[in-house]
Amino acid sequence: MTPTIDNGVNVQALLGAREALTAQPAAARFQWRATSEWQRGTHSRSTIESFHGLGAEQKHRQPYRYDTDHPEVFAAADNGATPVEMVLVGLAGCLTAGIAAVAQNRQIALRSVKATLEADMDLRGILGIDAAGVRNGFEGIRVHYEIDADATQAQIDALVAQSQKRSAVFDILANPTDVSVSAKKV
Amino acid sequence: MTDPRVINAVIVGAGHNGLAMSAELARHGVDHVVLERGAVAQRWRAERWDSMRLLTPNWMTRLPGWHYRGDDPHGFMSAAETAAFISSYAAQLAAPVRTHTAVTAVQPDGAAYRVDTSRGTWRTRLLVIASGAYGKPRVPRLAAQLPPGVAQLHAAQYRSPAQLEEGRVLVVGASATGLQLAQEIRRSGRPVTLAAGEHVRLPRLYRGRDIHWWMHEAGLLAQRIEDEEDPARARRLPSPQLAGTPERATLDLQTLRAEGVEVVGRLVGVRDGQAQFSGSLRNVCALADLKMNRLLDGLDSFAARRGLDAALGPVERFAPTLPAAPPKLMQAFGTAGAFGTVIWATGFSPDLDWLQLPVFHADGSLRHDRGLVAPGVCMLGLPFMRRRQSSFIHGCEDDVRELGALLLAHLRGTPGRRRWGADIQPFSEAMPTSG
Repeated sequence: MTPTIDNGVNVQALLGAREALTAQPAAARFQWRATSEWQRGTHSRSTIESFHGLGAEQKHRQPYRYDTDHPEVFAAADNGATPVEMVLVGLAGCLTAGIAAVAQNRQIALRSVKATLEADMDLRGILGIDAAGVRNGFEGIRVHYEIDADATQAQIDALVAQSQKRSAVFDILANPTDVSVSAKKV
Repeated sequence: MTDPRVINAVIVGAGHNGLAMSAELARHGVDHVVLERGAVAQRWRAERWDSMRLLTPNWMTRLPGWHYRGDDPHGFMSAAETAAFISSYAAQLAAPVRTHTAVTAVQPDGAAYRVDTSRGTWRTRLLVIASGAYGKPRVPRLAAQLPPGVAQLHAAQYRSPAQLEEGRVLVVGASATGLQLAQEIRRSGRPVTLAAGEHVRLPRLYRGRDIHWWMHEAGLLAQRIEDEEDPARARRLPSPQLAGTPERATLDLQTLRAEGVEVVGRLVGVRDGQAQFSGSLRNVCALADLKMNRLLDGLDSFAARRGLDAALGPVERFAPTLPAAPPKLMQAFGTAGAFGTVIWATGFSPDLDWLQLPVFHADGSLRHDRGLVAPGVCMLGLPFMRRRQSSFIHGCEDDVRELGALLLAHLRGTPGRRRWGADIQPFSEAMPTSG
């Protein structure tokens, strides 16, 4: 079937990749990387450049840098987004990319896709204030989409549901992940 | 009798599939034997829980030339009634069944197969695997991480709530089995948590008719696997949330929650003596609701096209599954108020350890093309093997007729490897196809 709508997602390439990687599971093994360096106070700068996948080292078109810091209400300099906010950036980026790709595959033209994300957190967790049942991280995340597209509400609901089902960041947040951190004196 | 006994066909398993194939081979005059490790319909007799009933109504439960003759066509057979139904079919056929004869190994033997059993050896040209799709309980790897004091059993070992310890029960799996066990155990007075991943929600009755009546009438059950866009996915789909009760009641996550079952997300981890549940519960419920509504839309169009609307109840839509907000993400094992028992309602694989042929994928699943396994070898009864109804009792009729024709062609040396499909190749030059 020839695509008649274009959300700018190369679905043929994605479907081709799905077929190729079914036959070659080794090439499907990716590794994502970031480096980070402390600046001052709670300010850090992270750089994203290389990753591994399709059996080879890969590089972004250019390095991307992200500043993270704490806001002024924490008596910090606010040189960037709070790290927990970066998590929301990742979730929004992942879910919205999924919506665009699924829409393209289903021949649904998108005019606008806007997301609002909210995450609740009880600061007593990270401050070490003893309070039963309070965790460091989010108590929950709510994502709300406003989508303008040639589709029914049920089709839009299905886009959003399918995008969650196939989202890496949704999975990272909704399911446990083993995290190991090591350090070396230099 | 001296070993090996030589015969044209060996059928492994005297359940409905094996017996129907026996009838088909007999019709064509092929000498054969049906080897059964226990009694006829063994799994229905001894390997399911006490209250289990078929998910298909009695009128639908039929075999070639054999059907339900009772006075409750809309009811659902118990496991014992199903065993009796299959046994009377076997008796009526006078099928050549050797009971209490367990197959221990099948190996290539020139252009034939050698079948070792607990009662001697056979040499056969044709082999029919009818030992069932649900022989080997599947348990997720993380079962090994549960604390030692927690009782664990698979749905295959569950019989009734009476066998369970006091305390909260975690049922893992949201297919028909998981939901039925959760409901029964809750009704016995125990606290129950159900961990639900992706699932298929269906109403028992829709517009006054059984959902399987709809699926049957609309031709959905007869749909062929080759017409599916994603056959692997179609085969992986969990069994729909249904129960066959006298009340013909719908059983879904809403029903369970109303009865006091706590519904949580998929069990995704065990850490520090705690079960961890996925935060994806809302989305898997949304996916199931959307999928159910698309199916009902399709059934409504079918009814309108066929001019059935006047004979049916009004169009219905069911309340969306709204998980309790927020669903629980962690729960301890072992201590007071925590899980004392875990029941794995996580499905089955066929038990084919005895099949010593190079016919398995790397993950241990059987390689086959719509039931054709190797020259002269076929499987029966896998979910969506040839049609959506392949794993249903009534579904064996079409499969047995079509696969039986291919077996006969093989036996008679009808030329054409082509008939076996592109995926089916002889194992080696030592064992050529008949072509």
